[in-house]
Amino acid sequence: MTNAWTDIKNTDLVIVMGGNAAEAHPCGFKWVTEAKHHNGAKLIVVDPRFTRTASVADVYAPVRPGSDIAWLMGVIRYCLKNDKVQWDYVKAYTNATCLIRDDFGWSEGLFTGYDEEKRDFDRSSWEYQMDEQGQPLTDPTLTHPRCVWNLLKEHVEVYTPEFVSNLTGTPVDRYLQICEMIGETSAKDKVMTSLYALGWTQHSKGAQNIRGMAMLQLILGNIGLPGGGVNALRGHANIQGLTDIGLLSHMMPGYMNLPTEREPELADWLKARENKPLFPGQTSFWRNTDKFMVSFLKSLWGEKATAENDWGYGWLPKLDVPYYDILRVFDMMDRSEINLYICQGFNPLLSFPNRAKLTSALSKLKLLVSIDPLQTETVNFWQDHGIYNDVDPTKIMTEVIELPSTCFAEDDGATVNSGRWLQWHWQAATPPGTAKHDTWIMAQLFLRVKRLYEEEGGANPEPIMSLSWDYHEPENPHPEELAKEMNGRALADLPDPNDPTKVLRKAGELLDNFGQLRADGSTMSGCWIYAGSWTEAGNMMARRDNHDEGGVGTYLGWTFAWPANRRILYNRASCDLQGKPWDPKRKLLEWNGARWEGFDVPDISPTAKPEEVMPFIMTQEGTARLFSRKLLRDGPFPTHMEPWESPIQNPFNKEMRGNPAGRIFPQDLAQLGTSDEFPFVGTSYRLTEHFHYWTKHSKTNAVLQPEFFVEISVELAELRGVRKGGRVRIWNKRGEIWAKAVVTKRIKPLLCDGKEVHVVGIPLHWGFMGAARKGFGPNSLTVFAGDANIDTPESKVFLVNIEPASGDLIA
Amino acid sequence: MTSLAPEPLTAASNPPTQPLESNLLPTDVRRISATAHVPPPTRQLTEVAKLIDVSKCIGCKACQSACIQWNDTHPEVEENVGIYENPHDLTPDMFTLMRFAEWENPETNELEWLIRKDGCMHCEDPGCLKSCPAPGAIVQYTNGVVDFISENCIGCGYCVKGCPFDVPRIHKTAHVSKKCTLCSDRIAVGQGPACAKACPTQCITFGPKEEMKALAAERVEDLKERGYDNAGLYDPQGVGGTHVMYVLHHADKPSIYSGLPVDPRISPLVEAWKGPAKKLGLMAAGAAFLGSALHGIFAKPNEVSEHEEEEAEELYEDIVHEAPEASGGEAHGPVASGEEAR
Repeated sequence: MTNAWTDIKNTDLVIVMGGNAAEAHPCGFKWVTEAKHHNGAKLIVVDPRFTRTASVADVYAPVRPGSDIAWLMGVIRYCLKNDKVQWDYVKAYTNATCLIRDDFGWSEGLFTGYDEEKRDFDRSSWEYQMDEQGQPLTDPTLTHPRCVWNLLKEHVEVYTPEFVSNLTGTPVDRYLQICEMIGETSAKDKVMTSLYALGWTQHSKGAQNIRGMAMLQLILGNIGLPGGGVNALRGHANIQGLTDIGLLSHMMPGYMNLPTEREPELADWLKARENKPLFPGQTSFWRNTDKFMVSFLKSLWGEKATAENDWGYGWLPKLDVPYYDILRVFDMMDRSEINLYICQGFNPLLSFPNRAKLTSALSKLKLLVSIDPLQTETVNFWQDHGIYNDVDPTKIMTEVIELPSTCFAEDDGATVNSGRWLQWHWQAATPPGTAKHDTWIMAQLFLRVKRLYEEEGGANPEPIMSLSWDYHEPENPHPEELAKEMNGRALADLPDPNDPTKVLRKAGELLDNFGQLRADGSTMSGCWIYAGSWTEAGNMMARRDNHDEGGVGTYLGWTFAWPANRRILYNRASCDLQGKPWDPKRKLLEWNGARWEGFDVPDISPTAKPEEVMPFIMTQEGTARLFSRKLLRDGPFPTHMEPWESPIQNPFNKEMRGNPAGRIFPQDLAQLGTSDEFPFVGTSYRLTEHFHYWTKHSKTNAVLQPEFFVEISVELAELRGVRKGGRVRIWNKRGEIWAKAVVTKRIKPLLCDGKEVHVVGIPLHWGFMGAARKGFGPNSLTVFAGDANIDTPESKVFLVNIEPASGDLIA
Repeated sequence: MTSLAPEPLTAASNPPTQPLESNLLPTDVRRISATAHVPPPTRQLTEVAKLIDVSKCIGCKACQSACIQWNDTHPEVEENVGIYENPHDLTPDMFTLMRFAEWENPETNELEWLIRKDGCMHCEDPGCLKSCPAPGAIVQYTNGVVDFISENCIGCGYCVKGCPFDVPRIHKTAHVSKKCTLCSDRIAVGQGPACAKACPTQCITFGPKEEMKALAAERVEDLKERGYDNAGLYDPQGVGGTHVMYVLHHADKPSIYSGLPVDPRISPLVEAWKGPAKKLGLMAAGAAFLGSALHGIFAKPNEVSEHEEEEAEELYEDIVHEAPEASGGEAHGPVASGEEAR
C-alpha cells in the first residue's frame, strides 16, 4: 500500500478492481464501510463476478478476466479527452514533460526492439532524450510531439469506449458512468483510492495492470494524498513482511536485488546502483544503496565482513538466471535437476499451477522436508486419495520429513500488514505436541550443517562458517534479538555528520533510523527499511497509542510503519509546488517556511525546499514516471495483451499469444488449449469463509463453507445442462476436477469480440486434508506461465470446458 | 451529515479481562413462560437492541463463526447444494445464518445481492414465550432480551409455531429448543453479543435501543442520498417492536430479503392456545384443552401434533367469535397453565 488501511476513511471514491476486498480482506474492508458511512464515499467494483464486495457497491461493472489494461487505458483516454487531469500535479510531479527518443514507438501490439527468438525487447529506445550532461530534455508546455504526455495521448487513442467494451465486456454506458465518477477525482479537493490484490498480479502482465492504475492515479493527482494511492492488499498475515525481508529468489532484504554472476565484485553491483539524480537538487534516495548493502553484509558476517574482503560480498550467491521463481524451480524439479526441497509454510501442491506437473516433480525428489503447523497436501502428495489425489504410492520413492512448527498465535514477533505497519504480537498459546518455532528449526538446521562442515569439510564453507550467530541461546534465537538485528546497531561510535564533536550513537547501541547507516562498516542492519522499529527507546512495533492527531488516520503512535514510521508514501505530493495542501480540508503536511510539518512523517528531507526538491524521492528524476523507461520488460506503457489462454485473439496482432516478453517452458506451451476445445474462461479466487488451505482444517470454517463448488451463470448452466447443486466436471489439457455447481445471476455472459464469453468461477480452498469435504483447487487447471517481469503465475485466466457429471447425489 | 449517532457499544475495543459481575439478575425478568404471576421487576434496565445494517453487510459469516465459538455449538459439516447458505438453515447448533438472495430490481434492472443475517429478533411481544407451556423455559428481561432456559425446556416445539420469524429449532437428541440468546451472558457483563464483536464492518452493532434507532436514522439518510428512496428501519410493530432491528435499503419490501415477514404478528393460533387460557380457566371450560396440552407436554415426541393444531384452530374459531379482543396480544403475564394445572 502507498497508504494505510486506516487512511481509506479519508477517501471520496473507492475502486476495487483486481481484488475482492470484502471477501479476501473483510477486516480491512471496515475502512471502506467507514468511508461510505462517515465520508459519503462511493464504491465502484469491477470484477468478472458480482462479488460480496459488489453487494455493497454503488456501481458494479463486469469485466472479462485478463482485459484490465484495456479497461484502464480507456479510462486514461477518457480523462485526457475530457480534461479530467490534475494539471498542476501532472506538470510538476510526473515525467509528462520529458522527451522520449525518436526511435521509440509502438505498432501491432509491440514496442520497438522486439526479438521474437529471445522473446524479449531491446529496450534501448525506451529512454529519454538527454543533453550532454545526461539530463533529460523537457518541454514544460507539453506541446513537443515526443514528450511523454503526447506519446501517452497517442498510445491510449485506440482505447475508445467501444473498443474497450468490445474487449472487456463492460457495457459502454456503465463504462462511461464509471469513467465520469473517476474523472471527478481530478479535482484538487476530490480523491480516489484503488484497492487491488491478486486479481491484478496473477496475470501474464500483472505488473502492467498495476502500472495502469498508478498512471491513472498520477493523472488525477491522487498519489501521496490522504484517501488516495494505489493500495495492494497483501495476503497472509505477513506477505508484506515476506517481500520486505527479501524471501524471493532474487531479492535481499529491503528490496535490494541479489547479485548476478555478471556482478562478481561489490563495486560491480554498486556501479549499477549509483542512481545519480537526473535533475539537479533531486533526492534519488537509492543513491544510499551502498550504506544499506554494507550494513546488511555486516549483519550477516559481523567481524568477518571487512573492507578487505568486500564485506563478504563474495559469499553471497550470484544468480545465473534472472531468478529461481517457483515455476522454474518446479520445472527443474520435474527434470530431476533439484532433488531436495525444503518447503517452509507453503503448500505448493495446491498453490502453484498445473498440479499434475507438481505431483510429477515432487515424485522425482529424493527428499522433501516440510516445516509447517498443518498437515498440508504437499507433504502428503504421495498418498492415494482416490480422485482427489490419484497417485500410486508404490511408485513414489521420495522420502518425506515433516517438522511440525507453530502458528502465529503461538509465538512472539511482528507481522507486517498491507499498510507496512510492523505490529508486534505476543504468544497467546503454547505450541501443541512436539511443534517447534520456525526460528528454532532454522537454528538447528544451520548449527548442524555448520558442524558437518567442521567435522567433514566441504565445498564453499565460508558463507556458513563465517555467519554471525551471536545469540543469547544459539540453539534458539529469540524474536527480540532477531528484531533488533533487523533494526540495526552501531558497531563503532557514530559521529554526527553535522557536528563531529557529538556522537549520534555509541558502539553497540540500536540505531534510530536508516539515516544513521554507514557504508564504512561502522553499522549493521539486517533490513534497512526496518531501521527505527526497535530503538534504544524500546520496541516501536509494540506501541498501541491510537490517538489520531489531525483526524487523518495516520496514528503515528500505533506500532511502526516502514519507512521511518511514514504512513503515506510520497506524502509531499499532497501539497502543491509551494508546499500548501492541495485540499486545505485534507491537510497531511505543510511547508511552514522552514520545514515540513503535519500529521505524518514527511517523505522528503524535512527541510527540502518545496519548489526545488520534487516529491518522488525514490526515482532519479524526483518525479513519478508515466513512462517507465526500461524498468519493465514488457513496455514503458501498458498495452493490451491477451492471456496465454484466451477466447479471443489480440486485436492488435492476431499472431501474438500471451505476453510477448513472458517466459514459457516448451512442455507447458504444448499444454495450452484453445477456445475451440475449451470455450469457457476459468478464473480462480478466494471466499470469505476460508483462508487459503489453512482453515479447512478448522471445523467451524468447514461448517461455513463445507464443499468445493464452481460458480456459473444461469445461461451457461442452460447451455451445458447443468443444474443448481448438481455435480460437474471441469477440464482442460492439464487436468480435470469435479465440483458442485452454484448457478447464479451474479455471473453473466460477456459479449467480447462479437461472441459470448462465459466465465467459470473456481474458488481455491479445498484439498484432500482437513475437516472440510475433500475437493479440488483451480490449480489442477491453471497455466504454468507467469508475469513477464516477476513470473507470478497467471492463475486468474485459463480456458476450460464443463459438463454435468455422474455421481450426482443431490436430489 | 452534522451530528453523528453515538458509537455503538460493540465499536469499543477489547473488554477487560478480569471476571465481571453479572448485572442480569433474576429480579430483572419481566415475563416468564407459563407463569401467571411474575413478581414485578425491581428495576427497569435500559432497553437494548442489536442493529443489523444490511447495507454494510458483506456476508462474511464472521457472525456465524463467532456464534458457534461463543456458544460452543457443533453444527455439522454439510454439503454444498448450490447455494452460499451453510448450514442450509438455522439449526439447534446454528443460531444465526447469513441468507443470500439474488434480486433483480425491476426499477433499475440492476442485480442486487441481498444478504441478511437471520436469527432471533427478540420481539418485545414474544410469540415463543407466549406459546410456551413449560414454566420458566422462556424468559424476557426488562432490557428486552428473550432468553431460552434449556433446563426448563421440554422440547415441545410450541415456540417454533409461536415464532412469527420461524427461528427456534428443536434439538433432535437433547429435546430442547434452541435459538440466539442475544448473548445474554455477555450482555450481563457489559459486553455486546459475540456476532457484533466479530463483525468486521460494523454492520452489526449493539447498544441502547434508542441509540441504535438514532444510528439507523443516520444510515437511512445515507442510503436515501444514494438513491434508495425506500430505505428504512425494520422494527415491526406487530410484535411490539424488536430488539434486533434491520436497516434495509428496501424497507417497503422486507420479503425480498429471503422472506423477512412484511408484517409479522403472533399467530392467532398461539393466542388460541395461550391468550384466552385464563378466560377458559375461569369458565372451567378449558379443562379438556389443557389436558390435551399436558398430554402433549409429557408424551414424547414433545411436538405440536396436527391434532392439537386442529383443536386449537377450532378453539380459536370459538374464541374469536366470543372475544375478538383476545387475539390482540396482552402486554403482560402470559398465562397458562402449567402452574395452575398443577
